[in-house]
Amino acid sequence: MKYAMFIVMDPEATEADDAAAPSIDDWFDYMIGKGAYRQGIRLQPKSDATTVRVRDGKVLITDGPFTESAEWIAGLAIIECEDLDEAIEQALRHNMAYQGRLEIRPIHSMGGPDDWRATE
Amino acid sequence: MTVGRATAPDTVAVAVRRGRLAVMATLVRLTGDFDLAEDCWQDAVEQALIKWPVNGVPDKAEAWLSVVARNRAIDALRRRRTELDKLYDLHAASRLQGGRPCVTDDDRLKLLFACCHPALPVAGRVALTLKTVTGLSTREVARAFLVSEATMGQRLLRTKTKIKNAGIALRVPPADQFADRVDGVLAVIYLLFTEGYSATEGPPTREALAREAIELALLMVDLLTAHNEARALLALMLLQDSRRRARISGSGELVPIDEQDRALWDRDQINAGLRALVAISPDQSPGQYRLQAAIAALHATAERAELTDWGRVVKAYDALLAIQYNPVIALNRLVALSFRDGPDQALELLPMLQEELVGYPLLPAVHADFLRRAGRIAAAIPVYRTAMDQARTGAERRFLARRLGELLNTA
Repeated sequence: MKYAMFIVMDPEATEADDAAAPSIDDWFDYMIGKGAYRQGIRLQPKSDATTVRVRDGKVLITDGPFTESAEWIAGLAIIECEDLDEAIEQALRHNMAYQGRLEIRPIHSMGGPDDWRATE
Repeated sequence: MTVGRATAPDTVAVAVRRGRLAVMATLVRLTGDFDLAEDCWQDAVEQALIKWPVNGVPDKAEAWLSVVARNRAIDALRRRRTELDKLYDLHAASRLQGGRPCVTDDDRLKLLFACCHPALPVAGRVALTLKTVTGLSTREVARAFLVSEATMGQRLLRTKTKIKNAGIALRVPPADQFADRVDGVLAVIYLLFTEGYSATEGPPTREALAREAIELALLMVDLLTAHNEARALLALMLLQDSRRRARISGSGELVPIDEQDRALWDRDQINAGLRALVAISPDQSPGQYRLQAAIAALHATAERAELTDWGRVVKAYDALLAIQYNPVIALNRLVALSFRDGPDQALELLPMLQEELVGYPLLPAVHADFLRRAGRIAAAIPVYRTAMDQARTGAERRFLARRLGELLNTA
């Protein structure tokens, strides 16, 4: 199965959590060694975000991310695993599990030519 | 009238019930689809209900059900055509298991652990396990959790969908992930037992459910030899279940523990429960199952109700409430206190709980009993009527009706 792993900045993480975090290089080595790493995207900070929507036929453009929460998405990785337990195990090796938080979501198959499953 | 090898409908129903968990567990593992598994199981049950009353229950009832259900699954998957791998697994399983017992016990545990995965919403974990393991209707499960049928339907759907979409595997987790999951599995086993012991709907006792829960607890103890709470849960269920025959009178009335004929208590089961309790290492501070088992043991070892050590029962409830406050446990403590200090004392303390327990069906029954024992007959009568309206089973209602009748005669 393929999962998107959202990497989320979280101000709740403490300095002690920060110090306990493993190295991101070890995570990449582990994931690439396993053949589980598909792609990664790193994003500019939330201050560079623009939110766009159309309501009642009117275009609304606003500065900032779509939520007001203190957490914000810093990037995402596409990983390949047998099942959720394996995805959790891979997330626990990532430094951002300590310094932020990770959200793992299964990728929905759209069935088109760009489908993550179909491209394999 | 049926003749010859014909079998009573009850016997058929019990045989069907007993096979359910094992067959469902294998079907879910092989097809990865709870709904398909449920449909195939239902088909197999339908076949059994047609054939068994006429031909008798087969010696290997569970294997019979498993083969029929699996064949249905093979047909359904063949129609879908896309799930060739699963179809292959099913065929392989059929070949492997030929004439032998149809499933390994591990399948049952795998299903339990998957349903109790920490990635699932808590309420959904227990509900789905209960539904999958027992085959209760969505309505019955909803009643067990005091929510509407529609809410429960949504909850079950969301949980099943997440298992499928998020890729939650059906397996017993590796040792390092065990601890997180054991509490959830034990909670589900105990709920299964209580559902069987005091069914929320229908016949007052469902022995097969309670026995299933005890078997699952035995499996957990085998698996987790050093886990105190698993062993304590086993002890608790054995001790409670030992009273089964004494709980309901010949006329189908619930009999409260202080009026039960203790000669009807199952001594073997009490001894097995006490042995399990003694085998627990005393090093760690007792958890909730150990405290509840200790209470059950105090009842089980009292020769007569008056000889119960109510002081220690109240103390055990205090310790339980210190672990986690729960108004139902507080009410049970108050009942014990009413035997230790008298019903007047209990009546004084009851108002503190009444607000928290609005809608809890046993609250008026307990209240009425305190009033009756305190000799306040006129006050007790309307409360008994409320209690009868709220009774969850016919056995409870009949018991309350008898008490009310006695009071009306003396009033």
